[in-house]
Amino acid sequence: MKKMLILNLVLVLSLILTGCAGLGGSKEDGKFRVAVVMPSAVNDLAFSQSMYEALQAIQAEMGEEKFEFVYSDNLFVVDDAASAIRDYASQGYNLVIAHGSQYGGTLEEIAPDFPETSFMWGTAGDTMGLANVFAYEAYSQEGGYVNGVMAAALSQSNVLGVVGPVEVGDAKLYVDGFIAGAKATKPDITVNVNYIGSFSDVALASEAAQTHADAGADVLTGTAQMVVGAIGVAKERGLAWFGTQANQTSLAPDIVVASQVYDWTVLLDEIIPLIKDGTYGGTAYAITLENGGLVIEYNDGYDLPADVKTMAEDTIKGIVDGSITVDVAQ
Amino acid sequence: MISDLFSATVIIGILASGIRLATPYLYAAIGETFGQRSGVLNLGVDGIMLMGAFSGFYLVFLTGNLWLGLLAAIIVGGLLGLATAFINVTLQADQGISGIGIFLFGLGMSDLLFQKLINNVETVSGFPPVHIPILSDLPVVGEIFFQQNIMVYGAYLMVPIAYFILNKTTLGLKIQAVGENPEAADSLGVSVSAVRYFTVTLGGVLSGVAGASLSIALLNVFQQNLTNGLGFIAVALVYFGGWRPTWVLFGSLLFSLVNALQVWVQVIGIPIPSDIAVMLPYVMTILVLIISAGRVRAPKALTKAYERSG
Repeated sequence: MKKMLILNLVLVLSLILTGCAGLGGSKEDGKFRVAVVMPSAVNDLAFSQSMYEALQAIQAEMGEEKFEFVYSDNLFVVDDAASAIRDYASQGYNLVIAHGSQYGGTLEEIAPDFPETSFMWGTAGDTMGLANVFAYEAYSQEGGYVNGVMAAALSQSNVLGVVGPVEVGDAKLYVDGFIAGAKATKPDITVNVNYIGSFSDVALASEAAQTHADAGADVLTGTAQMVVGAIGVAKERGLAWFGTQANQTSLAPDIVVASQVYDWTVLLDEIIPLIKDGTYGGTAYAITLENGGLVIEYNDGYDLPADVKTMAEDTIKGIVDGSITVDVAQ
Repeated sequence: MISDLFSATVIIGILASGIRLATPYLYAAIGETFGQRSGVLNLGVDGIMLMGAFSGFYLVFLTGNLWLGLLAAIIVGGLLGLATAFINVTLQADQGISGIGIFLFGLGMSDLLFQKLINNVETVSGFPPVHIPILSDLPVVGEIFFQQNIMVYGAYLMVPIAYFILNKTTLGLKIQAVGENPEAADSLGVSVSAVRYFTVTLGGVLSGVAGASLSIALLNVFQQNLTNGLGFIAVALVYFGGWRPTWVLFGSLLFSLVNALQVWVQVIGIPIPSDIAVMLPYVMTILVLIISAGRVRAPKALTKAYERSG
């Protein structure tokens, strides 16, 4: 037991020391420093990758002398993320992004300890009354609706399949939006939905896709990083796929029709100047089709009939100008 | 609605799906059975699976040669199994803890290698399904049993092979002896370390193959934490199966079939909340464990490191 205690102390000390070694100087050199904590891998082709790519884009825009970011990924466990967030805040980063809805409770504890640091928390709609927390979310039901419209129009068997992760947050919003869009196009269409209960169980996602295909679906969609399994089955069985959170064309260039891509730069472009001006939080933001934070990217390699594309474009216009409301429970 | 469950498509779908899903559990659990029968608990199975999955995937990604990929998984799994044996048998580490260390190593290393060498979600062309001639044309049965992936057949083959080795060979006797009463075995000239090294390394090999069954056969992709805790369930299945290969098969199938069932239940729209549906395989397993409690007995020397006294 004593050996374990000493070992743990040594580990903790070395972690603290390496953490301090990363201290990148004071804020006076004009460099805007951002740290982001993510629940899954940066290359998950979904949620975490979307934030990573947004920060890379900002860096390209602002230049490396003016903007720097670091990340810690795979911190699904809230306790681990809490240590990382606290660590980054104490190292003097201007902005610490808690990119995961499960981080709310821990951020509520940490943010008040660092009034000079700005925090972003997403996906969430509530800044918890803290002056240095920005909240952000994605109205993924909008893109879901557009995908649903296209899927219903394309489907010949009139059965659609949805492979969902866990029935929460932007996953649920996307799925509900998809169903609404599909039913608005073909009211009699069957949309089969299953949630696999995990964001990362690729094997179960793959079986779910097989099940949907056996149940007659000829178009599939899904969200979260486990969809890789579902896309593989769609490719194998020649079904069409609609993606979300990131452009998933590269996984199956022949069958991916379109993807709803999250572009967080739209929010970062607003928030970073605010922080530089001294406002560290207090507002909740959302990426939507209207502000360009949500973008429907079509796969040019897929032969999308012109009338379906027109339907999609009209739907996007309708959502943006408010004539179409995507009615989903938040 | 519930009546929809009893249509032919659904039943065939559930059975075929369950058989497929059970594959990695079978490879890993049968491998772990050998180790545990000889008295060594290896909780690092999931980590070895991930390293095997990545190695197989990377070789196939580079060369396109599936057998080379499988060989890579076998070698990497074997090496990690050897390391596990060294840690548990020679260094006599606390087996509950050392296993977690191996798991964390496998998880981190496979992700690190993935990020450094590939760093993008890619797919490969893995082992294909093989239609067994004549049998695969049988109605219903053909579709369920005889049109599966070649690595699925491999997993089920492991069961009679393991049964034969453990129960019908001298080696099997030695394994059992070492697991029940290492002192007596030692006094009769059986090398406890050698037997344990063998079983744990074999367990590593099979865990590596289990990982490869995911990355180069069933899913054809690699991602961080691809196994998602599968290895731990496999270890639990060994307990569930009372350390006997046939019952490990039963446990793997039960778990996987109920999992396949809950997916179908959701897909055809039976109004069970998804959270409850997802729990079903685990709840089922717990229920069976409760019913069968007391009827199985662990190898007496399980988790106890052996040191010759005197």
